[in-house]
Amino acid sequence: MREPLPTRRDRPLPVTTLDTASERVLSFEDVRIGFGQGDVLTGLSFSVAAGETKVLIGESGTGKSLTLKLAAGLLQPDSGSVHVLGRDLSHLSEKELLDFRRQIGFVFQEGALFDSLSVAENVAYRLREDHLNDEEIEQRVRESLRFVEMEDTLDKLPSELSGGMRRRVSIARALISRPPVVLYDSPTAGLDPVTSQTIITLIMRLRDTQGVTSMLATHRLQDAFGLANYRFDGQTGRVVRAPHTGNGSSRDGPATNMVVLRGGKAYFEGSPWSIVESKDEYLHRFLL
Amino acid sequence: MATTDPRLLEGNPVSLTGALLEGVKQRIQHVQDYALLAARSVSNLFSPPYYFSDVLEQMDIIGVGSLPIVVLTGFFIGAVMVLQTAAQFVRFGQTALTADAVSLALVRELGPTISGLLVTGRNSSSIASELGSMVVTEQVDAMRAMGTDPTRKLVTPRMVATVLMLPLLTAMADFSGLIGGFVVSSFTLRLGAVAFWTRAINTLVFSDLMQGLSKPIIFGFILSTVGCYHGLRVRGGTQGVGRATTSAVVASSVFILVTNFFLTKIMLYLAGHVF
Repeated sequence: MREPLPTRRDRPLPVTTLDTASERVLSFEDVRIGFGQGDVLTGLSFSVAAGETKVLIGESGTGKSLTLKLAAGLLQPDSGSVHVLGRDLSHLSEKELLDFRRQIGFVFQEGALFDSLSVAENVAYRLREDHLNDEEIEQRVRESLRFVEMEDTLDKLPSELSGGMRRRVSIARALISRPPVVLYDSPTAGLDPVTSQTIITLIMRLRDTQGVTSMLATHRLQDAFGLANYRFDGQTGRVVRAPHTGNGSSRDGPATNMVVLRGGKAYFEGSPWSIVESKDEYLHRFLL
Repeated sequence: MATTDPRLLEGNPVSLTGALLEGVKQRIQHVQDYALLAARSVSNLFSPPYYFSDVLEQMDIIGVGSLPIVVLTGFFIGAVMVLQTAAQFVRFGQTALTADAVSLALVRELGPTISGLLVTGRNSSSIASELGSMVVTEQVDAMRAMGTDPTRKLVTPRMVATVLMLPLLTAMADFSGLIGGFVVSSFTLRLGAVAFWTRAINTLVFSDLMQGLSKPIIFGFILSTVGCYHGLRVRGGTQGVGRATTSAVVASSVFILVTNFFLTKIMLYLAGHVF
């Protein structure tokens, strides 16, 4: 789906979607982190409201994956704070972080499926850790794989799947425990346009049917426009064009906004159309 | 000689002392990190969750999987020992002492050390490469993202399995070594079965068995934790996995040999004063 650039006639005014602090599910406050040869993030600050989809865009090496890992508590910032679901991650012990991460779904760039386990065992992993009974596990695994249209691959190993199929199984594994927050690390990286669109449709479907708050790191602006311009209609089971309000959200759906990372900070934050309207030359490079 | 090193040209020379200190600091950091991982692998035993099925799986891989090579090696070690020692004992007309010598050497020293080094080569390397592959493909991060502690799931089961299986493998190596020794001595020295086995068993005292079966517990702990440590700190993709595998084997082997020296000293002291 190649979305043409909005014309002046249907281009909404750029308006922030940030709500009150109490509705922020996720917030970064002056976060800095580095690895020996200088800081990668040099004071990153932004927030994500409940139900919002935040798309992190930036060149390679700007810290998009790092930001997601900080949000999941997989890394600790050198300074600043990361709040997720009302908790300051920098003050949690490793044990507390392990418990906290059960509320987060994380889709890794290459899927990160456990290669010695079958698709069903991969998706069931978290449920087995929680010691649910076999019947319930099987039911939920099938439900989750049905959502990503991979129900017929239960017994396959990850090595037998294509890249796109592995991403879909990874999404199924991330949402098995019905987390309120889902993080996607370059879910369309390395995929052909058709498969990329399938993945974005799945993300859209999860957003619109289950109302998850999500953050998505990508270098493809069309992913952000796709999520902003379309929504999944649960009744018809189809992707439909979303009529927009002025704040970048659909009239009956959640907001999709972007953060452009540059120099370790949030260079831009706002709706996808704001980039189109902006006169900033650096932002316009993403439109090419 | 003129230099083109940009660091020197910029007026920031790399001093030898600085480089040495940095190297020492890194080594100390490695020792600290390893000690913390090893301590966590033990402390995990005292709180849930426990991964019993993973322990059983690793016992099969490490124990049953290493059995053929340990038995075969033990057999030939025993056989060679008889060949080497018999020539000396024949001079004094004391060929029967061959059985004593082989039994003592195998049970006290060669059985534990050779078994430890064999299992290091086979399993410490496979542990490092397996965990290293998981690190580079983000499987360990995925585990953490799903609320599972990787040291509980990956390190502790391997440590427990190795500590439990290595003494058993050592016992099998000792036994197969004695069989190898008997086979060679019966052909070359015409030593009868009763004479050989009676002397081989009677020469052993409690302290010998204590030495021979307690060393594998320590060696098993070393080779499994060193393998896990090198695997979990892999950087640099598949090349890093290869380096980690080699480092794990070298580090485990050296560590086992050095530890063996001190353990032997301690055991001999205990044998003389306690056992």
